[in-house]
Amino acid sequence: MADIERHDYDVIVIGAGGAGLRAAIEARSRGLRTAVVCKSLFGKAHTVMAEGGIAASMGNVNSRDNWQVHYRDTMRGGKFLNNWRMAELHAKEAPQRVWELETYGALFDRTPEGKISQRNFGGHEYPRLAHVGDRTGLELIRTLQQKIVSLQQEDHAEHGDYEARLRVYPECTVTELLLDEGRIAGAFAYWRENGRFLRLEAPTVVLATGGIGKSFKVTSNSWEYTGDGHALALRAGANLIDMEFVQFHPTGMVYPPSVKGILVTESVRGDGGVLRDAEGRRFMFDYVPEVFKGSYADSEQEADGWYSDPDNNRRPPELLPRDEVARAINSEVKEGRGSPHGGVYLDVASRLPAEEIARRLPSMHHQFKELADVDITAESMEVGPTCHYVMGGVEVDPDTAASGVAGLFAAGEAAGGMHGSNRLGGNSLGDLLVFGKRAGAGAAEYVAGLGARPEVSQADVEAAEQRALRPFEESGSAAAQHPYALHGELQQVMNELVGIIRRGEEMSSALDELAELKDRAGHMAVFEGNRQFNPAWHLTLDVANMLLVSECVARAALRRTESRGGHTRDDHPGMDATWRRRQLVCEHRDGAVTVTERTHPPMRRDLLELFDITELRKYFTADELGEVTAEL
Amino acid sequence: MAYQAHLQVWRGDADSGELRDYTVEANEGEVVLDLLHRLQATQCPDLAVRWNCKAGKCGSCSAEVNGRPRLTCMTRMSVFAEGETITVTPMRTFPVIKDLVCDVSYNYVKAREVPSFTPPEGLEPGEYRMQQVDVQRSQEFRKCIECFLCQDTCHVIRDHEENKESFSGPRFLMRVAELEMHPLDSYEEAGGNRAEEARGEHGLGMCNITKCCTDVCPEHIQITDNSLIPLKERVADQRYDPITRFFRRKKD
Ligand SMILES: Cc1cc2nc3c(=O)[nH]c(=O)nc-3n(C[C@H](O)[C@H](O)[C@H](O)COP(=O)(O)OP(=O)(O)OC[C@H]3O[C@@H](n4cnc5c(N)ncnc54)[C@H](O)[C@@H]3O)c2cc1C
Repeated sequence: MADIERHDYDVIVIGAGGAGLRAAIEARSRGLRTAVVCKSLFGKAHTVMAEGGIAASMGNVNSRDNWQVHYRDTMRGGKFLNNWRMAELHAKEAPQRVWELETYGALFDRTPEGKISQRNFGGHEYPRLAHVGDRTGLELIRTLQQKIVSLQQEDHAEHGDYEARLRVYPECTVTELLLDEGRIAGAFAYWRENGRFLRLEAPTVVLATGGIGKSFKVTSNSWEYTGDGHALALRAGANLIDMEFVQFHPTGMVYPPSVKGILVTESVRGDGGVLRDAEGRRFMFDYVPEVFKGSYADSEQEADGWYSDPDNNRRPPELLPRDEVARAINSEVKEGRGSPHGGVYLDVASRLPAEEIARRLPSMHHQFKELADVDITAESMEVGPTCHYVMGGVEVDPDTAASGVAGLFAAGEAAGGMHGSNRLGGNSLGDLLVFGKRAGAGAAEYVAGLGARPEVSQADVEAAEQRALRPFEESGSAAAQHPYALHGELQQVMNELVGIIRRGEEMSSALDELAELKDRAGHMAVFEGNRQFNPAWHLTLDVANMLLVSECVARAALRRTESRGGHTRDDHPGMDATWRRRQLVCEHRDGAVTVTERTHPPMRRDLLELFDITELRKYFTADELGEVTAEL
Repeated sequence: MAYQAHLQVWRGDADSGELRDYTVEANEGEVVLDLLHRLQATQCPDLAVRWNCKAGKCGSCSAEVNGRPRLTCMTRMSVFAEGETITVTPMRTFPVIKDLVCDVSYNYVKAREVPSFTPPEGLEPGEYRMQQVDVQRSQEFRKCIECFLCQDTCHVIRDHEENKESFSGPRFLMRVAELEMHPLDSYEEAGGNRAEEARGEHGLGMCNITKCCTDVCPEHIQITDNSLIPLKERVADQRYDPITRFFRRKKD
């Protein structure tokens, strides 16, 4: 085989979203020679789409907020299935990570005292989300991008080369992790622009590849969300956990069809917007579940009072965690009370003055005007659930972000555990920063303690090359398959059979269909063009990842016979306390996905003590509670 | 409802290329990018087009539609008549890689030449205090999604490759203005002079405020009025009136 481009680093960060960039900043600041590889141009990663804000208990708007309150909210949101150590680190460190962004040049919206302003969001007890209008993700990505540039400027001043210690590889896709006796030795990638291959050698890889939403037909996710990191980790021997939990955001656009799925930020509700059925009724009052009754209002009057007097009123039910709101909308529509295009109404027009709406929600205003001819300052929006976020991901050590594979780290949406069965809005951006930094530090420590550097084997490189080129050979075969069509079929299967409401038989048939698709996917072909910027070729490689990850979702979902967070089963509608401690682990062995069950470790005592026993009783089994009460 | 739309799409690479005609279905509410995707899925699988979010937030799918720089994900088909031929070409200011994808690395080179935010000394993280009115000016410029349409349309570089060396384009002049107006940037305290660098290193003087950049900005940022003109005024103040400059520095 021809010689391919080759580079040596200490760490390869795969992904240039919030998690990847924060990891790279950390790694480079600790002296590692760092590469950041990403599928899109620098600054375009999915994080750019985040709207509402970053959750961090800075207490700038309500001084009662602190990490303990944030921790409790996070655990409740995840229905106590979260990795408690991750939730703890996140709640404790998020404020510092947000403040640090200001030292990189970020400009958040301000409070009258000149501090960072914070807004209300679903499941968060106090106003907690640091934000910039409804374009917080853009601010986050641009700030981190500009910090990377400033580090490169330092290197330029010192070494005369911007890329001496930190280089970004834009539009470059990793297709394979390279191992040396089970340890990370590097990564194999291709340049999208010309299809040439790259051999990157490094003893550590940080996966920060984001989510899997492009496996579903209706999604708020961007082109990049094909589960590459999840699949790379699995194939390298790491575990995926909690894959059955997929968050359907309650409010995506539903009309016109071409925009179906595009997100309508939760800030609309955080800032006062309410959900109504076709008759104009605020239906969320009918859907407050038992476990949340104490903290959510049961009348419109009380709910409306909360915005100005949160101490004496309970929260509006529109601000329940996302899984609850999404299910409620789904039921309303199913029972015939929906809007003409199969959604419900989200009304902010009657709740805030027009100028206020335009000021607080500029990109929603713009989005509806441009894409749907709807003026949200005057009319209601039509909204419905859309696939938004995957709680499941690579199993990692909370403190170092290390996976089970030596040298492999994961952070951000690609990592699992932090959010349990359901993520609270705003907790992802915090997660990216907290665990991105920790992953960079984890990689640095690993490199420091490394003996001999692992070596990439030429045979593995050649195998990776052959695998990547196979679709070019398939075009002549009688069984050749079109990647676009196959992708469409996959999205249909996942949306219909493993979507927001699930049933045992449907998931079994989904698994049959996935198996059939997988067979056909082996024959995906590039029918036209060469290796130069060829989206059909790129898609063949992405679809293989999506299929593997979808299988994990379906298998784990079939196994969990209860409903909890981002996993709702029609045939097992209740939350079952015996399932709370059980975690499902996906592994890839001999080409097949297996799911095994494992018991969550019990929560540390001081963290348990942050909750009231009556609340714990709603989630824990009597047996466990016996243990707990004995402990308390 | 659905109809057959006529599209002309530029196909080719750095060496050669041509406009090709396609007939492709258009459905209610669709945008130009939807049609490009349908072309990929049904007629030309290797059609190269950049895109990410398809919601006007990432600035990836920039191209020229009937000669006008636009985000294809935000260009509704309903703005054209059904019988009209819609021509989609790559941004003209940057070298073509393939089809609608061009090499925008010029922008990343220029981005690196703008000295970064310089944090104020003596303030720890968490101690930054700024008023909303003071951050608002820079916030407007930070709405920029880096679609590079303003760079594409700017006549200083659109047909003048030779100017690229000494001109950073509206996007990065605006970046300089943004930092210059950042309430806590202490680049000047550290001895730098952003306005002067805008003139010197970034070619602000070549801009003759025709506002073409502002016209194409999908974020409706007032690039010319709010960033370029104030920056020019700042330069003028500093150059011709050292006394005011002295006082202004003091006042800051
Ligand atoms: C519309 C929308 C709004 C949201 N709003 C909020 C919000 O307000 N608050 C909040 O907390 N969360 C929000 N979220 C969720 C949050 O934005 C994401 O979870 C988060 O940005 C994920 O960041 P990340 O760093 O993990 O990955 P991403 O930002 O998705 O980046 C992934 C990176 O990996 C790269 N990559 C992937 N595969 C490969 C490969 N094979 N080779 C090379 N590179 C690869 C990609 O190119 C990209 O650079 C929102 C999500 C959406 C869709």
